[in-house]
Amino acid sequence: MERIISHSPVLIVVIPLVSAFLTLVIGLWKKRLCYPFVIIALSLSLFSCIVTLNTVMKSGTIHYYLGNWDPPWGIEYVVDHLNALVLVFVSFISLMVAIYSKESIEQEIPEKVTFFYTVFLLQVTGLLGIVVTGDMFNLYVFLEIASLAGYALIAIGEDGAPFASFRYVVMGTIGACFYLLGVGYLYIMTGSLNMADLTHLLPNLYHSKVIMVAFVFFIVGVAIKMALFPLHAWLPDAYTHAPSAVSALLAPLMTKVGVYVLIRILFTVFRPEFPIKILHATDIMAWFGTFAILFGGIMALSQTDFKRMLCYIIVAEIGYMVGGIGMANATAIKGAIFHIINDMFMAACLFLIAGIVMHETGGHDISDFTGMFRRMPFTAAIFTIGALAVIGVPPTCGFFSKWYLLLGGIQARHWGFVMALLLCTLINVALFFRVIDKGLYVHALEHKLEHASEPKELQFHEAPLSMLIPGFIIAIAIFLIGIFNQAILKNIIEFAVPSGL
Amino acid sequence: MLDFIISKYNYWIYIILMMMGFYGMIAKKNLIKKVIGMNIFQTAIILYFISTAAKKGATIPIVEHGHGEAVHAIHAIEYVNPLPHVLMLTAIVVMVSTLGVALAILIMIYRRYNTLEEDEILQVKGK
Repeated sequence: MERIISHSPVLIVVIPLVSAFLTLVIGLWKKRLCYPFVIIALSLSLFSCIVTLNTVMKSGTIHYYLGNWDPPWGIEYVVDHLNALVLVFVSFISLMVAIYSKESIEQEIPEKVTFFYTVFLLQVTGLLGIVVTGDMFNLYVFLEIASLAGYALIAIGEDGAPFASFRYVVMGTIGACFYLLGVGYLYIMTGSLNMADLTHLLPNLYHSKVIMVAFVFFIVGVAIKMALFPLHAWLPDAYTHAPSAVSALLAPLMTKVGVYVLIRILFTVFRPEFPIKILHATDIMAWFGTFAILFGGIMALSQTDFKRMLCYIIVAEIGYMVGGIGMANATAIKGAIFHIINDMFMAACLFLIAGIVMHETGGHDISDFTGMFRRMPFTAAIFTIGALAVIGVPPTCGFFSKWYLLLGGIQARHWGFVMALLLCTLINVALFFRVIDKGLYVHALEHKLEHASEPKELQFHEAPLSMLIPGFIIAIAIFLIGIFNQAILKNIIEFAVPSGL
Repeated sequence: MLDFIISKYNYWIYIILMMMGFYGMIAKKNLIKKVIGMNIFQTAIILYFISTAAKKGATIPIVEHGHGEAVHAIHAIEYVNPLPHVLMLTAIVVMVSTLGVALAILIMIYRRYNTLEEDEILQVKGK
């Protein structure tokens, strides 16, 4: 047992990777067994994530040398407080989405179940790998594993999906290539690919132009992957047309993992003084964050499609986090890190609802929500919790991260960002009350009922349990994270904030 | 100026290739041409990495008589840097799989719209 625990950082990645290929074999033999196998694999992965977090909290940062090659020659996995936390929640959300995916996949793409689960596990492998690794080139490989799996998963969606996915391929490849180029520049200057090694080697070179260009390539590359405005163009189409289980997996995780990579590069590979004092990159990022918030909020208002509206909300949420990083003080970065986790849960919750509505009514327009509170009371309850969290109503988790972001913004005296945050909160209220209004609006239906022979639209018609339970768990988690926010902040995030701010 | 260009000619070549690919990805309307542009773009980066490994008068990085007899010192200057080559093996794998996924998606698009011209597809989608 001791031996297994000491290998937990690598098991996080190895378990989903190996089971991805086993799923394919099992699926070809007996299709039914795919689903339970995926659940077992993801549960084991979640378990090793929790073990890792526990070890990190007890004894500090874990260094795991793959194949026992010492860094900087071998690949090293480094787990500190920041990525241990992100790891646990990435694997938790993927497990929830996997449980949820059964019914919606059987309805939307019945003939591709085996391949879906294989690629699903590869996607999770990529996401967890990005977070766990401590090597720049290894991160590129995992980034591409996650992206390639994402392209494939999106392309199996509804009518416009292949074209949206192709756009994502082109944009995503540019992003990944820019990142790779940044790695190349760092390598010719320092001769190292290991993040911890680079932290020591780089300070002497901070005034070199090559390092500056490498830094810019990293930021632009990662910004494409996480859909920072104005590089977000691929996101709304791709996540709207993807199958509902896929958008529930990708939308919360892929963009947020991008934000994690950004924090890693800004504050671990480079030391905080480089982006903040030497390049003043954080000032620019603060404004990009502000514009992303405003643009995302305003575009979300003009959508009639619920999933598309959520996509623009995600663009705005990315703006919160990038803006928070751009504030460059400990409070705002605490808020940004906390918001990574909160936004994973909020986005997962709302995209699960979009999937449930799609499963029950066959569409994901806002008009499909008509009478939802009567027809699907449980779904409506989960939806309301998710909506309140995005708006930021106190006991839910969304409030607390927004609070820290606001405090950080005020501390940095960046009034543009503060105003954008407040304005976007108001826009979110309008957005969700529009949907809730539709959901409660039953008079028109009752009127129609008097004339219709079959009162189909008002019948109690709840989604299957396997879809509702993950939604409930995530909704409860939103509350729990909100209530125990101090515990999470004090015990984990406090240590994750980079020193020297 | 000319000296500056000639002394760093490998970087100029990779930048020109990369911009060609970038142009293809952004400006071409045909989706296959976009994929070709994407490939040129990725190849340019691979060439860049490989060119950084080269050294004048160096040989392939295999240590002769490594076992037992290797008592003499090994001078890194005599061998080209193997690491960028190894990295690029992985990058080539990534590149090939990106190409594979892109082509598979193009087949799906062609089945649905019967064309690979971007403006025609947008017209069909707009209706």
